[in-house]
Amino acid sequence: MELKDIIKPENLVYDKSQVQTDTIMHYCPGCSHGVVHKVIAELIGELGIQERTVGIAPVGCAVFAYNYIDVDWQEAAHGRAPAVATGVARLNPDKFVFTYQGDGDLASIGSGEIMHACNRGENILVVFINNGIYGMTGGQMAPTTLDGMVTSTTPFGRNADLNGYPMKITELIAQLPGTSYVTRQAVHNAASVRKCKRAIKKGIQNVLAKKGTSFIEVVSTCNSGWKMTPVAANKWMEDNMFPFYPLGDLKDGVKGEPVSKN
Amino acid sequence: MGELRLMKGNEVLAEAAIRCGCDGYFGYPITPQSEVMETLMARQPWNETGMTVLQAESEVASINMVYGAAGSGKKVMTSSSSPGISLMAEGISYIAGAELPCLIINVQRGGPGLGTIQPSQADYFQSVKGGGHGDYKMIVLAPASVQEMNDFVDLGFELAFKYRNPAMILTDGAIGQMMERVELADFKPRWTDEEVKTKSGAWATVGKTTDRERNVVTSLEMDSAKMEANNLRFQQKYKQMEEEDCRYEEIRCDDAEYILVAFGTSSRVCQKSVEIARAKGLKVGLLRPITLFPFPKKAINRLAEKAKGFLSVEMSAGQMIEDIKLAVYEAGKNTRVEHFGRMGGIIPAPGEVVEALEEKFSWEISYGVKRYY
Repeated sequence: MELKDIIKPENLVYDKSQVQTDTIMHYCPGCSHGVVHKVIAELIGELGIQERTVGIAPVGCAVFAYNYIDVDWQEAAHGRAPAVATGVARLNPDKFVFTYQGDGDLASIGSGEIMHACNRGENILVVFINNGIYGMTGGQMAPTTLDGMVTSTTPFGRNADLNGYPMKITELIAQLPGTSYVTRQAVHNAASVRKCKRAIKKGIQNVLAKKGTSFIEVVSTCNSGWKMTPVAANKWMEDNMFPFYPLGDLKDGVKGEPVSKN
Repeated sequence: MGELRLMKGNEVLAEAAIRCGCDGYFGYPITPQSEVMETLMARQPWNETGMTVLQAESEVASINMVYGAAGSGKKVMTSSSSPGISLMAEGISYIAGAELPCLIINVQRGGPGLGTIQPSQADYFQSVKGGGHGDYKMIVLAPASVQEMNDFVDLGFELAFKYRNPAMILTDGAIGQMMERVELADFKPRWTDEEVKTKSGAWATVGKTTDRERNVVTSLEMDSAKMEANNLRFQQKYKQMEEEDCRYEEIRCDDAEYILVAFGTSSRVCQKSVEIARAKGLKVGLLRPITLFPFPKKAINRLAEKAKGFLSVEMSAGQMIEDIKLAVYEAGKNTRVEHFGRMGGIIPAPGEVVEALEEKFSWEISYGVKRYY
C-alpha cells in the first residue's frame, strides 16, 4: 500500500484543531506549553466559543500564545493578566475570558493580582503553568522552585534560609471563596493530557455558566531551564515535583464556598 | 442650558463620566480624590446606564483593568492622586504602547514620596514627558474650574479615541475639593456592542469572527525595525496632536509687557494677580495652557515678540518653565523667562505673585527696556 492510499479522509484519526494557527511554535522541544495550547485550542473549537473568547497572554515564554491560538488576545504586563482579564470580563460578561500564566508571572510578581481576582470570583479561567523556574529569562529561581533545586540564581540549590520556601500557590487559591474549581494537572503522558483536557473543559464550562474563577495548575517541565533531556525532565518531574505538588482536584464546588474541601 | 448644580470637583468627575456614556471605572482610594469612586458607588450607575464601577486591590491592578477594558473597545477610566499615578506608570506605558484610548485623572497632591494631601502641580513632568518607560506622550488637559472638570471628561474621551492614546485630566486637590456652580452635560447613551464594533472593533478584542484575522492587543514587537516603525508612527501622532488639538486661553495679553504663564489652580490665582498688577500700572497678562501636552508653543512664540518677560507660576519647583524656555528658544527669541512657585501643598497668594514679578523683572520695570537672558 502506498502513502497516498493511506492519507484519506476516512482514515483520519487525529486532526489539528481549526482554532490552532499554522504558526510554527517557538517553544523548546519537550516543553509543556505546546501541549496545553493544543488542548485549549481543541476545547475552544469543540465548545464552539471561538467568536466569544478573549485570551490574556502573560510575560515569559508564553508571551506569544497569541500566535498559536486563533482568538482575540490581549498581552498583559508582568503578572497583571488577572487584572486585565477582570477589565475585559466585567465589561463583556458574554465573553469567555481566560488567562495563561507561568509561575514567574502568576506566583511572583503577579501574586497580588491573582489572589484578588480569585477572591472577587472574577468569571474567568486561569491556566497556570508551573515548571518551578523562570524559563524565558534563563532559568532563575521562581517562588515555586523546589527546596534544593539548582537554578541560575540558586547555583548551590534553593536554600530556605536564604531564599525562602517553595510556594504552593494552588493550595492558597483553593482557600479563596471566589473560586469554584481548583485543580492540579500535568501533561507528561497521554493519560495525563486527557485528564488535563477534562479539567480545562470543566473550567471553561464553569466560566460559561458564570460560576466564578476556575484555576488550573499544570505541573510542567522546563527541560532547557532544568538542563535535562525531555525524557529525563519528565522523570525528574514525576520523582520530585509531583510529591510536593500532588496532582488532583483541590476544590470542586461553587463560588461563595469559604474553603476548599481538602 | 443643562442642569445647574453646586458640586465638588471630584463629584463632578464622577457625574460627568456617567453622563458621557462611560462603560467602566476602575480605581483605588487615595486622598484627595476618593470622592470620585465614592460618588460613583453611591450613584449606582450600573442600574441606570450599565456602567461598571470596581474598587481594585491597588493602583497597579486598576490601571491594568483599564488596559483590559480599553482593549475590548470600551470607554474606560481611572482616577488617582500623585503616588498612585506613579504606581500606574507601568500600565500607562503599556496602554500607550498598545495604542488604546482611556481616561486617567490625576488629582495631584504634594510630593515627593508620601508627601502631603494638599494640592500641588509637581506631577507636570511625569504627566507631559511620558512618566513611564519608553517614548510616549499623553494628551494632558488641565482644568481650572469645576465646570472644566465636567467638560474635560467628555473631551478627554473624545481625544483619546481620536488618537487611540491615553488622555489625562491633570488637576489638583484644590479643584478636586472645591465646590462651584456647574452646568452638567446631558446624558449620552453608552455605545451598544454594535457601535463598539464600528467605532473600535477593528482593533479591539470584541471576539474573532471567521471573516477576519484575530485582533491582538500588545505593545511587544521583537523585530527592532518594526518597533522603530511603531515609534515613528507614535511620534507622528504626537505631532498631529500638536497641530490639531492644542488649547489655551489668553487673559489681557493684547497689550501685556509681562506674561504670567500658569495652569489649573495657579492660573486662578494669577487672574487676581493680573488685576492687582494692572491697578499698579503694570501691563500684565495671563497665558493659561489648557492642554499641557500638546503645549501652546505657538502662543508663547507670538507673545515673546512683544513681551519683556514671562513668569511661570507653578505649584512646583519649576517644571513648566522648561517648556516655556524651549518654546522661546525654538523660535529664536531669547525673551527672559522666570519662575515663581510654592511647594508642599501651599497655594501662592495673588499678591505674592505680583511681588515676585516686580522683583524678578525689576530691571525691565525700572528702565522700561527688554533685557534678554
